[in-house]
Amino acid sequence: MAATFPTARRTAPGRSRRPSRWIAAGLLVALALAVLLVPAVVQLDQQLVDLRAANQAPSLAHPFGTDEVGRDVLLRVVYGLRVSLLIGLVAALVSVTVGTVAGLAAGTLGGTADRVIMRVVDGFNSVPHLLFGIFIVALFSPSATAVVVSVGLTHWTTAARIVRSEVLTLRARPFVDAAVSGGSGRLRIVRRHFLPHLLPHIALASVLMVPHAIWHETALSFLGLGLPPHLASLGNMINDGARSLLAGNWWASLFPGLFILVPTLAISVLVQYWRDRANPRWRSELQL
Amino acid sequence: MTRALARMAAWRLAFTVPLLLAVTLGMFALAKASPFDPVRQYLGDRAVITSPEVMAQIRENWGLDRPVAEQYLTWLGNLVQGDLGDSRSMHRPVIEVIGERLGWTLLAVSCALVLMLVASLAVGALAAWRRDSWLDRLITGTAYANEAAPVFWVALLVIWLFAVRLQWLPPGGLTDPAATTLQPGDVLQHMILPVAVLAFSQSSWLLLFVRESLIATLREDFVLGARARGLRERTVVVRHALRSALLPFITLLGARIPELVTGAILVETVFSWPGVASASVQAALAADFPLLAALTLLATLAVVAGNLLADTAYVIADPRVRVLGVS
Repeated sequence: MAATFPTARRTAPGRSRRPSRWIAAGLLVALALAVLLVPAVVQLDQQLVDLRAANQAPSLAHPFGTDEVGRDVLLRVVYGLRVSLLIGLVAALVSVTVGTVAGLAAGTLGGTADRVIMRVVDGFNSVPHLLFGIFIVALFSPSATAVVVSVGLTHWTTAARIVRSEVLTLRARPFVDAAVSGGSGRLRIVRRHFLPHLLPHIALASVLMVPHAIWHETALSFLGLGLPPHLASLGNMINDGARSLLAGNWWASLFPGLFILVPTLAISVLVQYWRDRANPRWRSELQL
Repeated sequence: MTRALARMAAWRLAFTVPLLLAVTLGMFALAKASPFDPVRQYLGDRAVITSPEVMAQIRENWGLDRPVAEQYLTWLGNLVQGDLGDSRSMHRPVIEVIGERLGWTLLAVSCALVLMLVASLAVGALAAWRRDSWLDRLITGTAYANEAAPVFWVALLVIWLFAVRLQWLPPGGLTDPAATTLQPGDVLQHMILPVAVLAFSQSSWLLLFVRESLIATLREDFVLGARARGLRERTVVVRHALRSALLPFITLLGARIPELVTGAILVETVFSWPGVASASVQAALAADFPLLAALTLLATLAVVAGNLLADTAYVIADPRVRVLGVS
């Protein structure tokens, strides 16, 4: 904290962070390619057990080692990421769609409908999401559908809040007044004026929801309440790895977790970059 | 101030009753839609050898042959009278299970909260003070990674390092398996890892918040003034900037109860900590509706209480709300 003027000291603090978005994008592309291409080349037998190869430390033959029943961790991690990504995408789509419809209804209808919808949002937010999710999957047999329903039912409220508050600001804009004066009905205003403006916000909410949905899927599977246990999913693999952990087998737990951590971090780096770009005022404040 | 507080508390309470009713109704509807037969769940393997007459008798005893609306009202009536029913997986009254476990959860969670507050305040302030240095980068980088890392995975890695590799601390449980009585020292030793992991997992948002808030405050005129008067850097940061940067965070804390519950569920499960949060997972695995429903209601109450606490803190801390009333 010398006497130099702060802006002169650091001309562009953002500059040093710039490479991180390329690394993030590169990692995401690499993971996406792996998830798309590897299953086409190498088939995974979900039921395969090879006890002679059990609990092997990482080596050239098995770069991520093998688990307690001799399954190759690397191959299963790629398949697990595929399952988790798929469930995360579907669950994010479900929750953002429900949330958008609810938020649009609340913001457009206003009055009693708005109050009722927002009280329902408050109500859903009062039950901790994971516990609510656990409640839903516990009463239905472990399956991908149960996980998607549980994540979708618990997470639509975020999107609903964002969409509603955006609609409320849009309502006050002159072009909406003009549309109303010109005789447009509610549906037409929603379709022609609200939705196009909301799209970036909805897209951002969806992108942010995917890692969150993946987190929920893995947490439920880890607790033994998510996907069927034989299926290679990241949560199931961490759960399997936990059993051989006390025997010193760290790789069966470490690598599946890294495959949750890395895409989540990469997405948040990219989203942050996008936000900074989309909001120059905020960016300039950061550089002060 | 008291009037504003009373009005807000009354408003909150007015919202709590219908909320709890809605939660019970939702849970009951889900339980009714469930394909699982509670009698078969209760009997487990014995369901195969139990005669249909006995099963019908159990069904009748539990009132499962009644109309759904009547079942709901009976259950709700019992809840209101404090009868939470019997846990089907632990074969004991739910109230007993909760009474036995709630203390352990409160102990672990409150220790974790204190640790998290102290640590993130100190580390967040350090990062803000040394802004853009390698130390700041390390701290914020770790915080972002921690935000993205699943807590159960972090817990496993911590167990591997401290319990398996270094063998400093036990990997889980409440006491030593060989112990016959509860020794405070023994419990303390078993508490360190779960409390530390829970605190660490909850600390990222607060740490980053303290850092951002402090950086913004360090730019304010009164900080410049304090520096101009030649005060020591530590006095400026701790006594002047940190104090005013902290105001909004009090209210944020109460709103973090849902995340705390989530963290407690996962951490207690990984470390086999005998609290209520891990009981919810055991209840779920056994489709034990009475216990799971009671725990969900308990968590909902905790969230509502947290929100109330946040609003109260807000009223007390912000003079504008205090003087002009709740808007």
